[in-house]
Amino acid sequence: MATDKQTKIRTKTHDGVTDVLVLVSHPMETGLRTDPKTKEKVPPHFIQKMSFFLNGKEVVSTDLSTAVSKDPLIGIKLKGAKPGAKLKVTWSDNKGESGSEETTIN
Amino acid sequence: MKKIFLFMAVLGVFAATSPAAISDPATDLKNFQAFFKKKFPTVPFDEYSNGLYALPGFEAYKEQWTMYNEFPPFELGLAIGEKMWEKPFKNGKTYASCFKNGGKNIAQGYPYWDEATQKVRTAEMDLNACLKKNGEPEFTDLDKNQGARVKLAQLTAYFYSLSKGQRIKIDVSSPGSVKAYEEGKKFWWSRRGQLNFSCANCHMELAGKNFGGNQPLSAALGHTTAWPAQRLEWGRLETIHQRYKTCNKQVRAKPLKHGSEIYNHLQLYETYMSSGLPLTAPAMRN
Repeated sequence: MATDKQTKIRTKTHDGVTDVLVLVSHPMETGLRTDPKTKEKVPPHFIQKMSFFLNGKEVVSTDLSTAVSKDPLIGIKLKGAKPGAKLKVTWSDNKGESGSEETTIN
Repeated sequence: MKKIFLFMAVLGVFAATSPAAISDPATDLKNFQAFFKKKFPTVPFDEYSNGLYALPGFEAYKEQWTMYNEFPPFELGLAIGEKMWEKPFKNGKTYASCFKNGGKNIAQGYPYWDEATQKVRTAEMDLNACLKKNGEPEFTDLDKNQGARVKLAQLTAYFYSLSKGQRIKIDVSSPGSVKAYEEGKKFWWSRRGQLNFSCANCHMELAGKNFGGNQPLSAALGHTTAWPAQRLEWGRLETIHQRYKTCNKQVRAKPLKHGSEIYNHLQLYETYMSSGLPLTAPAMRN
C-alpha cells in the first residue's frame, strides 16, 4: 500500500562501525488517546516491523510497538559495512501501510 | 497669561521631541548589543544565532541539542514546505514568482516596512499574499486551525532556509518604520500578565538562567534568527507569532491574535536588535 509518510535515512562510518539513523513521519497512535473534538478513541496506528537490508541481505530486523514515539528516530549500528554498499530500510505498520528508503554507505 | 501659554507650548514641544531624539534605532541597537557583550563576554557574536545553546551554563542543553542536530526532526516538516514551495499553482506559477531573486537570499530583510500599505510585512504575510494574487486559498484562522498554521510555518521555514547564513539587515530609515519600531520597543519593555514580566525581564536581565527549573531563558539577541523553529515540547514547526503567544501565556497574560499588528512590530524590533547575525532557521529549540 502506498503511503504519504516520509522515510529518511542517514549513515556515518567511524572506526569500521556504521551508524545508521532512520527518521519516519508517522503518528504512532497507541489507540488509547481520545480525540479532543469528537471525544472518540483514535484507532491505533503504529509501525510494527522495520528491517534493514545490506546489499539485499537482511541484516537487522526490529519489532516496534506503541511504546515508540511519534515521528520515530531509529538508530542501529552495523559492523564491517563497506563504503559503497547499498543499505535499504523498509517498514510496515498495523494498517498495512509501508515505506522504504535506500542509501549508499559512505 | 499669553506668555505662560507660549512657555507651556514650548515645553510641550520639547517633551514631544526630546525622547525621540535621544533614542534613535541605531543607538538602541548599539546599546542592546553592548548589553549582551558585557553580560556574556565569552560568547562570540555569531554564536548568538544558536539561541540559548550559546550561553554559558547551558552546556547540558547544548549537548542534547547537538545530538538532535545529527538528524533533526524538523527535516520532515521542511520537506513538506519544500514540496509546497515547488508545486505550481493552478495558473502554473510558483511561490518563487512572488519574490525577488526567486525567494533566495532575501529573508534577512524580513519583516520590512512597506511604504505602499504603511504596514510592517512579515514573510508569512507575503506568502499568503502570493496565494491570494494567484487565486489560491490562503492560510486562514491561524489561531484555531493548527493544521493551517503548521503548514504556513513549514512553508515559511523553507523560505527562510533559502536564505540560511545571510546576515540580518533591517531597514528602519523611514518615519513610518521608526514609528512601528517604537511601538514594538514599547511592547518589549512593558510589563504584562499576572506575573508582571516584560519580555526584557526574562530575556535580558534573567537570560542564561533557568526559569522555574525547567525553562532555560534565552538571550534576546538572536531570538528571531531561528524561527520558524521546532520546539521539543511541540514536535512540529511553528511560526514566531505562535511563540510570542505562548510566551505571553507563560507570564499569564492574555495572548494577542496570530498576525496581529503589534506582534509584527515586536518582530520588527526584535529582528532589528539582532542585526548582523546569520539566519539559522529552521532550528531545534527547547
